[in-house]
Amino acid sequence: MEKSFFIDTTICTGCRGCQVACKQWHDLPAESTKNLGTFQNPPDLSFVTYKLVRMKEEVIDNKLNWLFFPDQCRHCTDAPCLQVAENTKAIYRDADTGAIIYTIATKELDADAIIDSCPYNIPRKGEDGTISKCDMCNDRVHNGLKPACVTTCPTGTMNFGDRQEMLDMANKRLAEVKAKYPNAALLNPDDVNVIYLVAHDPKLYYEYSVASHSKVEKGISRKVALRKMMGPFASLMRA
Amino acid sequence: MTNHWIDLKNSDCILIMGSNAAENHPISFKYVTEAMLNGAKLISVDPRFTKTSSKADIYAALRSGTDIAFLGGMIKYVLDKELYNKEYTAAYTNASFIVGKDFSFKDGIFSGYTKGEKGHPSTGSYDKSKWAFEVDEKGVPKMDKTLQDPKCVFQLLKQHYDRYTLETVSLITGTSTEDLLKVYEAYSTTGATGKAGTIMYAMGWTQHTVGTQIIRTMSILQLLLGNMGVAGGGVNALRGESNVQGSTDHALLWHILPGYLKGIKASQDTLTAYNTKWTPKSSDPLSINWWQNYPKYSVSLLKSFFGEKATKENDFGYSWLPKADDNGSYSWSDIFDAMYKDKIKGFLAWGQNPACSGANSSKTRKALEKLDWMVNVNLFDNETGSFWHGPGVDPSKVKTEVFMLPAAVSVEKEGSIINSGRWMQWRYQGPKPMGDSRPDGDIIFELFHTIKELYHKDASNGKANKKDKKNKAKGGVFPEPILNLKWDYETSGVYDAHKVAKQINGYFIKDVTIKDKGYKAGTLVPNFTMLQDDGSTSSGCWIYCGSYTEEGNMSARRDTQDAPNNIGLYPKFAWAWPLNRRIIYNRASVNPKGEPWNKDKWVVKFAGEQKDGKWTTNKWEGDVPDGGAFPLENPDGTKRDDGKNPFIMQKDGYGQIYGPGLADGPFPEHYEPLECPVEKNYLSGQLVNPTAIVYSTDEDSHATCDPRFPFVGTTYRVCEHWQTGLMTRPQAWLMELQPQMFVEMSEELAALRGIKNGERVKVSSVRAAVECTAIVTKRFKPFKVGGGVVHQVGVPWHFGWRWPESRAEESANLLTSSAGDPNTRIPETKAFMVNVTKL
Repeated sequence: MEKSFFIDTTICTGCRGCQVACKQWHDLPAESTKNLGTFQNPPDLSFVTYKLVRMKEEVIDNKLNWLFFPDQCRHCTDAPCLQVAENTKAIYRDADTGAIIYTIATKELDADAIIDSCPYNIPRKGEDGTISKCDMCNDRVHNGLKPACVTTCPTGTMNFGDRQEMLDMANKRLAEVKAKYPNAALLNPDDVNVIYLVAHDPKLYYEYSVASHSKVEKGISRKVALRKMMGPFASLMRA
Repeated sequence: MTNHWIDLKNSDCILIMGSNAAENHPISFKYVTEAMLNGAKLISVDPRFTKTSSKADIYAALRSGTDIAFLGGMIKYVLDKELYNKEYTAAYTNASFIVGKDFSFKDGIFSGYTKGEKGHPSTGSYDKSKWAFEVDEKGVPKMDKTLQDPKCVFQLLKQHYDRYTLETVSLITGTSTEDLLKVYEAYSTTGATGKAGTIMYAMGWTQHTVGTQIIRTMSILQLLLGNMGVAGGGVNALRGESNVQGSTDHALLWHILPGYLKGIKASQDTLTAYNTKWTPKSSDPLSINWWQNYPKYSVSLLKSFFGEKATKENDFGYSWLPKADDNGSYSWSDIFDAMYKDKIKGFLAWGQNPACSGANSSKTRKALEKLDWMVNVNLFDNETGSFWHGPGVDPSKVKTEVFMLPAAVSVEKEGSIINSGRWMQWRYQGPKPMGDSRPDGDIIFELFHTIKELYHKDASNGKANKKDKKNKAKGGVFPEPILNLKWDYETSGVYDAHKVAKQINGYFIKDVTIKDKGYKAGTLVPNFTMLQDDGSTSSGCWIYCGSYTEEGNMSARRDTQDAPNNIGLYPKFAWAWPLNRRIIYNRASVNPKGEPWNKDKWVVKFAGEQKDGKWTTNKWEGDVPDGGAFPLENPDGTKRDDGKNPFIMQKDGYGQIYGPGLADGPFPEHYEPLECPVEKNYLSGQLVNPTAIVYSTDEDSHATCDPRFPFVGTTYRVCEHWQTGLMTRPQAWLMELQPQMFVEMSEELAALRGIKNGERVKVSSVRAAVECTAIVTKRFKPFKVGGGVVHQVGVPWHFGWRWPESRAEESANLLTSSAGDPNTRIPETKAFMVNVTKL
């Protein structure tokens, strides 16, 4: 059954347990970093950093906010990267979980095109041209576990389960949060399997927190746009 | 914690002050979040807008070290607006007690004050007898339950905090009167019957020259608001390490013995003198006065130390215990002060890293050079073990011989830890220790056997040795404590955690009959109400008696079923001291008739039978009740002779709004930190705590209102590092997140100093300088204090030169001062003066 995350940023404390758990489960090396005048580190996602808590200090209605945004791949329901790749050995959708999976064969793809296609600015290219990103801990999920970032989260910010269950949880929380934050919103809930709840204007958290139109226009080639219009035939063509 | 972690979820209003729980106790936010989802308000009061503040409904900034002024203002607010819980305050606190005529308070000084001697760390002391209550002919304090007598605690409290007006508090703290009011209003709503407010505090409160009194101020508020003993209430210390609660319970401190029994003074030369001194007497029939059992616990402790060698005839070996000089002090700071003064020759640095962790680390590091030898027992080498080749040290000039004993990490051994909520939790061994590393228990075990052997050898060499002055240090002097120590904690030649845990619980040593029930010698004591003062029982720590009984190891229990009151007590998961009581002083959660103040989140309730408006049988439900006596009143409102007051550890049974036992006064009073940015105290003529502990070697300089050090500095932690970073700095995934020493400062201060975000700067105090990366942030704001502007900066203390390899990231404690609190001698590392300059 299609799986989803629900990420409730309104209760995220920025502890970054998720960020470390991700590295630990995937056995990813640490980056050599410097303090750049912020707690956020590494400064951005990278080939070896799939999950990053982005931090912003914003004054909203005369009140200081420290906004935490645990950024990761959205596992789009209709993923532009997958469409652009046209190579299911390199990028495929796990029919059981809905995870968008990148393999070693991404080395054969035009990495820049894949990266440009992502409305959320997620995939990153390695030195040998391989592309990487969050894999939904698909191995864990197939073995009945939740993704590592979800298991480690102390506050309930990170949630994972069947898509409908997560959507229900997200809508329920949205209604509750609205009382305190009228501008609260779910980000692209119909298009993604990683549904964020934010209390304020999503752009304050991160430039690419919601699907970026410029990215979409720039990234999705005419060919892909055409396929999208063809609807059902698109999957046939992909196969 | 009087309550426990899960209980935070029951609160209606959570004040986090002196703590950044979201950052440093991240799991606590599971329960804070749950409370908030149920409608609780979260208040964060901190000099800096923290991760905790980012989740709070109300945030208020205060200048470091002004907490008593802030909270004193809240006491005034609660009294002026009559928001205190009148029934609770009158029934359960000492608000009604009449204070004796010798008590006075003038311009910042209480009666009975004497200035300290020059060169002695104590700057002054009080004769506390001047603060005593007036008592009747039986010795019971006189009371005025109407709270109108001008000499009753309640009226004196009013008078004392009358000076703490919003305007004055704001002048001191730098908090706007508007923000003060927001906090006061929100928190004081918990004074309503059935509402609960809790405080989560940590080192932000303890590490001040007035640390103990900050916590006292909050305790007074919690009593006034009726928040003690109830679910979602209490005074909750978030410990700085997972087992710090255990370390204090088991007396890893100089001034106490296990179970908070008092340390022994040289003048208490017999067990009787010692027990008499510390056994309080109350002739009030309503007071349980639990400490009247003191001799049972002290004798049982001696029996656990010395076994059959402890007899009635030899005072159970009392004379073999070490005794402190009557005016002596042997705390952390005192040890390094003595070491610096060449008074200590050898040092076991066991599971700690004083070269980075203690205040004024430059002094500590120099003190280590004066040693002949040091044994460093730790997981890894650290700045302490390697001090001889640290920055600015010439190894050829250091005589200290250093030994490294690699210790096993906690997960490599079996044993218990005690969390902040007083839960003793048993843990099993995971992987085996690596290489030659060994569990601490095994290291101590072998050390002791070797020492004992040396004493034996010495004894067999005859008395000649004793006359030989040259060889005196080798041993043989006062061998009794070593040779008579009971030490049967091994199984197959290695340390056995179960045997130690059982000894801590305690055994019957003889067959005894208690309340018509027989107990066999050699069996475990079911709980501490069975401990005896005649040598028939042993217990290594009376408050843990009941943790490991004939029914098994209670701390290993993992039953996740809640108690009938369904407030998250989980009574069969692990074990909590005392007696598995999850919320201390829970008898104050019911009214004098035994009915819960809060019917939904009740902790205990009286469920005895009644007849004609009188209780006839004694039965409590819910948590393990404090004492378990009948309620004070019958259902018809008549008083009972056999009812008991709820604060059973206090001699008179009442919560202490007026506390005549502390070193620095019966009411908390605001004093400035020893190093402060202001020349006057707006509340009195006394600038700093007149009883503060201040050391005076050439390494102990201080700077107040010194233009060279114009900014307030404080220290804190980050989520990613642990203590001095010994376990986390070598961990690449964590270093990736927090790679470098940093200093946080406001945009205004950065502009003033021409500092750009992310650049390296120098932070200096009168004691030392440290290089840091500047984090220029909106989360610090300049304070309006007095007539001027005060800037504050903050630094984390997890770094040290040993890792990372650059040797450029140093300890914040090079900057801090070891001057400290007169009650605890904890140094004032949360408020000191610094400068920040471009490199």
